[in-house]
Amino acid sequence: MTSEIGGYNFAYLDEQTKRMIRRALLKAVAIPGHQVPFGSREMPLPYGWGTGGIQVTAAVLGADDVLKVIDQGADDTTNAVSIRRFFARTAGVATTTRTAEATVIQTRHRIPEQPLREDQILVYQVPMPEPMAKLEPSRAETRRMHGLSDYGLMHVKLYEDIARFGQISISYDYPVMVNGRYLMSPSPIPAFDNPKMHQMAALQLFGAGREKRIYAIPPYTDVRSLDFEDHPFRAIRAPHPCGLCGAEDSYLDEVVTDNAGGRLFVCSDTDHCAERRACGHVGDDGVAEAAE
Amino acid sequence: MAYVAVKGGERAIDNAHAWLAEARRGDPSVAELEVDQIAGQLGRAVDRVMGEGSLFDRDLAALAIKQAQGDLIEAAFLLRAYRTTLPRFAQSVPIDTAKMAIARRISAVFKDLPGGQILGPTYDYTHRLIDFLLLAGAPPPPAPEMPPDEAFPPRVHDILGDEGLMEADRRDETVPGDLTREPLAFPAGRDVRLQALARGDEGFLLALGYSTQRGYGGSHPFAGEIRQGGVSVEIVPAELGFAIDIGDIEITECQMVNQFKGSKSTPPQFTRGYGLVFGVSDRRAMAMALVDRSMRAEELGEDVTAPAQDIEFVLSHADNIEATGFVEHLKLPHYVDFQSELENVRRMRRETELLTRDAAE
Repeated sequence: MTSEIGGYNFAYLDEQTKRMIRRALLKAVAIPGHQVPFGSREMPLPYGWGTGGIQVTAAVLGADDVLKVIDQGADDTTNAVSIRRFFARTAGVATTTRTAEATVIQTRHRIPEQPLREDQILVYQVPMPEPMAKLEPSRAETRRMHGLSDYGLMHVKLYEDIARFGQISISYDYPVMVNGRYLMSPSPIPAFDNPKMHQMAALQLFGAGREKRIYAIPPYTDVRSLDFEDHPFRAIRAPHPCGLCGAEDSYLDEVVTDNAGGRLFVCSDTDHCAERRACGHVGDDGVAEAAE
Repeated sequence: MAYVAVKGGERAIDNAHAWLAEARRGDPSVAELEVDQIAGQLGRAVDRVMGEGSLFDRDLAALAIKQAQGDLIEAAFLLRAYRTTLPRFAQSVPIDTAKMAIARRISAVFKDLPGGQILGPTYDYTHRLIDFLLLAGAPPPPAPEMPPDEAFPPRVHDILGDEGLMEADRRDETVPGDLTREPLAFPAGRDVRLQALARGDEGFLLALGYSTQRGYGGSHPFAGEIRQGGVSVEIVPAELGFAIDIGDIEITECQMVNQFKGSKSTPPQFTRGYGLVFGVSDRRAMAMALVDRSMRAEELGEDVTAPAQDIEFVLSHADNIEATGFVEHLKLPHYVDFQSELENVRRMRRETELLTRDAAE
């Protein structure tokens, strides 16, 4: 298959590389939450910009797919624009900003507010796949710990948080147990998004390009955020309704509006906010759609 | 609305790229830099980009340097991203540096030796005085020439090896690993370690090599031999069954000679650190050899105490394309995570406040 720009294969990567990535993906799906090493390639975007997610997307993308790319929940952030454009150029696939229309959604730092379906794939960009990296820098050592399900180190870290601060102080990249077996980094999504991973209908794929790891959560898999009976997991969210659409259950961005301490809280998921406004929901700082 | 202004978007990217192209071109009244000028006159920059970009192609590296406005890591990145799309037709047979067309060959461990000390085109003994004649564009005086030596000079480690003083080359017929195809795994064998060093960041290798000289995992090194010049690359096509020459590459090789006190089973002898890099760079080849030898500490029964001896530490941080990506990605938006941190800190401050108020009452 040829692509829109000359000289490159469909979705940039050559078919053998895509096959190698798909094999890693199959293994990852078969062992939920387990990090599978893969021969990550240099991509024309820098490490840290989503090279893992891009390789996973390139490997699963077909000509009929409809791709949505978000960064910080928004379709119009520069990096999301850049990656969407990359696949529009190299694969010629249709793109969308609407969550419901997409078959593949590549994301950095958020899970869409709208529940995903069985016919959708969510691809996460992952900077640091090893959930215990900050506690134990050696991958040889953490690999052994995963093998033995030896997660005491993480539990002690959470316990120390409670002893020191009275609560668990992790607000994003909050570690989860997948299928009761593997400790996993959900990527730096806010802890607010963690519950959405549990029993999600869509397939969740995670790509870490620089660290050369792929992992996955198959549909309808248990994903539990680590906690203690007397200190249950709590999702964090700014205690405000969205200024534009009035949503009280979405994750909010805090926007500084002036030099006098003015703040506007708006949905981080721009598509979610736009759809709500299109349905007539108006927040305190918004204007009714008809008036525009 | 303010919230729209902080978002990026298609137009912002297009405009940024247009500005970048204009800035790259610079003052249009000054002649544009030609790629063959870079390839021909900025050869050391081209060498570094080929090394860190893991692709021997002078013209492509020169173009990458032009495209990156002389940012050599950015240029190496361009080469890597191009390299990854190339099909692999064959693996070469190992190059034979004993059959090098020598441009430079020196040894620090012998005053003189068969084949002699050949300085080659080196900066080593230049006085570092800014040369204003270059500014004036004066042509260089002609360099004297002599016919090349017909015989290949012996390698210094072979001279020592004949006496049994040098650890022997171990023949290993297993196919060497390839970091560009298989992810790094630990423990990492020397084949993969050398590959990682050969394409590692020059500054990182230099600093680590330097640290071993300053007591962080010392290895008592001597520059046994540094040789630089052209070697031919051969492949064995399956349908032919014999080796054919597909071209020459220019390389610098460094054999470091290191003291080794011996162990219960091995008598004292010298051990080696090895450096091999594209193009002309003593610095890069020597630093690589120092770090290679340091990472052999565990294998040779030495204490592993210093950063340069920690294989996982060195290999995980040597690649500057990976490093620059991850460091610079911090400028991408992180406001979703920062928002959750903000709310977290606010919540924790509220609870501390309540506690102190309760205590005061």
